[in-house]
Amino acid sequence: MRENAMSDTIVPGRWARFRDSYLLYSFKRDLVAQLSLVLFAMLIFAAVFAPWLAPANPYDLAQIDIMASELPPFWIDGADPQYLMGTDAQGRDLLSTILYGLRVSLIIGFGAVLMQAVIGVSFGLMAGYLGGRVDAFLMRLADIQLSFSTLMVAIIVGALVKAIFGGATFSEYAVPLLVLIIGLAEWPQYARTVRASVLAERSKEYVDAARVMGLKSRRIMFRHILPNTLSPIFVISTVQVANAIISEAALSFLGLGMPETHPSLGSLIKSGFDYIQSGSWWITLIPGAVLVILVLVINLLGDWLRDVLNPRLYKG
Amino acid sequence: MTAAVSQHDPKASAATADSREQDNAAPLMEIRNLYKRFSLSGDFLEQLKFKGGKLVREQEHVHAINGIDIDIRRGEALCVVGESGCGKSTVARTVMGLLSPSKGEIHYDGQRIDHLSAKELLPFRRRMQMIFQNPYASLNPRMTIQQTLEEPIRLHHPDWSKERVRDQVRDVMDSVGIDPDWGSRFGHEFSGGQRQRIAIARALAVDPEFIVADEPISALDVSIQAQVLNLMMEAQQQRNLTYLFITHDLAVVEHFGTRVAVMYLGMVCEIAPTGTLFAKPRHPYTQALLSAIPRLEDDRPQHIRLQGEVPTPVNLPPGCVFHGRCPHANERCRQEVPALIDVEGGARVACHGVEEGRL
Repeated sequence: MRENAMSDTIVPGRWARFRDSYLLYSFKRDLVAQLSLVLFAMLIFAAVFAPWLAPANPYDLAQIDIMASELPPFWIDGADPQYLMGTDAQGRDLLSTILYGLRVSLIIGFGAVLMQAVIGVSFGLMAGYLGGRVDAFLMRLADIQLSFSTLMVAIIVGALVKAIFGGATFSEYAVPLLVLIIGLAEWPQYARTVRASVLAERSKEYVDAARVMGLKSRRIMFRHILPNTLSPIFVISTVQVANAIISEAALSFLGLGMPETHPSLGSLIKSGFDYIQSGSWWITLIPGAVLVILVLVINLLGDWLRDVLNPRLYKG
Repeated sequence: MTAAVSQHDPKASAATADSREQDNAAPLMEIRNLYKRFSLSGDFLEQLKFKGGKLVREQEHVHAINGIDIDIRRGEALCVVGESGCGKSTVARTVMGLLSPSKGEIHYDGQRIDHLSAKELLPFRRRMQMIFQNPYASLNPRMTIQQTLEEPIRLHHPDWSKERVRDQVRDVMDSVGIDPDWGSRFGHEFSGGQRQRIAIARALAVDPEFIVADEPISALDVSIQAQVLNLMMEAQQQRNLTYLFITHDLAVVEHFGTRVAVMYLGMVCEIAPTGTLFAKPRHPYTQALLSAIPRLEDDRPQHIRLQGEVPTPVNLPPGCVFHGRCPHANERCRQEVPALIDVEGGARVACHGVEEGRL
């Protein structure tokens, strides 16, 4: 049949649809986005494969030589070619420590954002769809949460946990704790964004059609409304990952984050900060540069994504 | 108009009442004294106001529906007409349970349904479906046509096998003239008329007996309107459907409706069989409305020009809601709300003038 043949050729597969999409088209024409993605992919790759890429294991005390502390990177006189980026005050290979630290920073960043997204998206969906008292309650909760700064909440919670359970326990569970703290502190960002898009979607007739059908509220929220609010969720997710990484670095810098035995980029910067006056600037500046590049490329990718998904710039 | 009105003739009015009784034997849908108002005043804190040094709670409402009684008989297409903002769509949405009435009752097939919980309402949901105005918004943009059509069937027939669901989807797509092989496409790949067909298919997928159509063709191109209308009439014949058809297009009413209810400011002013209404409109508002239809042979148009504007539904006028614009209004019209009375031809009119025989 002619019509059959037509529908076979026209209905494209997933890959073909992606190949023809505006997303790929605009990516191909945006040099900044391409560069950012390449850098981001490299950083992710380096973090994921750190145990194989790193010349040394900074967590292994047996590999650390205190005599080799504060060695400069390779382009400066007095460098040891064994330590490409030099060593820190404890004699750890800086390159390896940065790779492992990047890993910790990314785990905390993505973990915290996942937590924010789960809480924020559910609360935002409920507030927007159910409305009324549920909406008022959840949004006032979000307002209260937003009126504290993230750092303040994190400092209070972190200090409480440290005081109650002791520093050793805190160090042991630092990663999940930081995920929890940063995740709890920033969920209102998601909740508000999602609520706003839900309010716009809820008034559309396909939602009425689903209600007339007799579908349960939960199914309407997650199956019908949520897929139509994904674009803004993607966009704020990129910004929030960058924010979470920065928050973690700030907390670590203040001594409330990762312990120095398992440093993230933030605690590495902090540990080097004491030696910056004595000439060992690389312990702080190299991890700092990595952190800046990481956050910058994530934000640039987020900007690009926002422009692409903005319905006012492009309808599709 | 002549005053040859026969509702004072006891024989004639008994006859009309009888005929009404007969085909009224078991109305499918009964709307009893329905009221719906929407609050304009926001939440509790926003309602508090200082007046004369005292804290008072003030609430303002839009009175969208103000006491409506309509019976919908099995197998008929009841059209509801009226200008924008007269509460037509609110009636449709309240009947379907998308809005809950402020007062009054809705009975479906003898059972009251307006106070049921979502779970208790589910068996009725299968029997009553809705078609929406805007085919560009009524299909979920992230779902394929197949998914859209399977969803209601799966919900209402959880015991059906995959093949049976798929067969039902094919049948229903066939019956609305959409190629069943297009199921894997998304809504935005279709034209407006095709989308409205798909929306009709979604309503028909669970084999309902009652369909509420809220201006289903007003967003479509004129050439497509007739196609969709004919499709709905075909479906009515084949499946023995009952329609509640909301529209503002009187030509559509003449073509489609069995009976017509004319609404003004949340009230029914006249409800009559289509032929009777177009041949002999009784209510002054209906007369004005019908005189506004442009006609080909109309070289000396006799438009009835209504003075003024529709009053705001926030502060309803006392008495008959139409009295401010009615050329025949008298003191009684300004004070007393008219009730629907039976007149000849199976029509019911809410007008003191008709009741008193002055119109």
